[in-house]
Amino acid sequence: MNINMTIIGQAIWFALFVFFCMKFVWPPISRALEERKQKIAEGLSAADRAERDLELAQEKATANLKEAKEKAAEIIDQANRRANQIVDEAKEAARTEGERLVAKAQSEIDQEVNQAREQLRKEVAVLALSGAEKVLGGEVNQDAHKQMLEQLAAEL
Amino acid sequence: MAGSSPGEYIKHHLGNLTYGELPEGYVRECSGRDTQTLTESTWTFACNGTEAKDMGFMAFHVDSLAWSGGLGIIMCLLFWMGARKATAGVPSGFMNFIETIIEFIDTQVRDSFHGKSKLVAPLSLVIFCWVFLMNLMDLVPVDFIPGTFSWVMTSFFGWTAQEAYFKIVPSTDPNITLSMSFSVMLLVIFFTIKAKGVGGFVGTLALHPFESSNPIVKTILIPVNLLLETIGLLAKPVSLGLRLFGNMYAGEFVFILLAAMMGTWQFIGAWPWAVFHILVITLQAFIFMVLTIVYLSMAVEDH
Repeated sequence: MNINMTIIGQAIWFALFVFFCMKFVWPPISRALEERKQKIAEGLSAADRAERDLELAQEKATANLKEAKEKAAEIIDQANRRANQIVDEAKEAARTEGERLVAKAQSEIDQEVNQAREQLRKEVAVLALSGAEKVLGGEVNQDAHKQMLEQLAAEL
Repeated sequence: MAGSSPGEYIKHHLGNLTYGELPEGYVRECSGRDTQTLTESTWTFACNGTEAKDMGFMAFHVDSLAWSGGLGIIMCLLFWMGARKATAGVPSGFMNFIETIIEFIDTQVRDSFHGKSKLVAPLSLVIFCWVFLMNLMDLVPVDFIPGTFSWVMTSFFGWTAQEAYFKIVPSTDPNITLSMSFSVMLLVIFFTIKAKGVGGFVGTLALHPFESSNPIVKTILIPVNLLLETIGLLAKPVSLGLRLFGNMYAGEFVFILLAAMMGTWQFIGAWPWAVFHILVITLQAFIFMVLTIVYLSMAVEDH
């Protein structure tokens, strides 16, 4: 238990080891630890960001879906309205066409009736003339009795 | 040391392998050898405690220095390997171990040391791990390595068993512990001067703890303050070194006593003490480190 030069030897060892650790051990390890700390912090913040992004995306998706549904409903509504319109138009067209046909038929009928009447009138005049001729046994002057005959035909 | 008395056995285990200078005309009385008078001063290994004492300051405890240096080199290599492998990625098993120690030390330094220094953290690392390793040698059964050494020296180098002193726990040597604690004291002084200047350092010694605003009283108080603060300054390293030395010496002494009493049965008898001692060696290394940090922190802080 004597105090001797050992004390100086040990101090030299001590200085050497401290110097070694200060130069070659502590800086690289503590740098690595610091870097890892930063990396982990970045990872955590990235995860947070991703979570927020996901939330936003979900909200957006919901909004899109809602919009699409509304649009679809609108389109269906429009289509229904258009269909009704078309049906109405068709009905209208059919009705006017029918009316037109009826009117046409009517006018044709009228025309034919008039024609027939005209024909009949002419024939009546001829018939009456020939009847009167027979009755009178003589000839009736067509020119002389023309006025009378026309009057007769008009009365028919 | 078969055949010797328990007293001699214990005494032999507590002696260091000392290499030093014996003066001219010194009479060497080594047991098992012829008495010899030195014609000139000689550097040699001491063959007994008296010679080791007579060597005075010009002597080395070869065993203490070799074991502390060897353990320190092992420690440095381990950490150096760790430093080379250190990445910011996922650490492997060995790196985990190294990083656990580094983070433990870093936490202690951050908690206690409030200045900025690149030295304090590695210094604390070295103190904690190195002192722990030196203390750990205490757990090796007391005769394993000294017995082997003694056998090698007596068989191959012609030494007597009496000469083959070998102490494997460096921290049971006050030279070792006081050397470290006084190195810490030098650092404390260096830190104080760096933080407060030479005048500030002298001021901490001369103007505290008794203060006065009156210049005359102040001057009168300087010697008192100087005396108190110098004692305080020296008491720190002395207590720091002797605490570690005392604890380890006492622990080692118990192991040696158990070995002296029980012989081979020591492996059973010393087991409970060894288990308890694991706590002591860790705690002492930790205390040494924490006190170093605290002293250095006090040096850079204003009171």
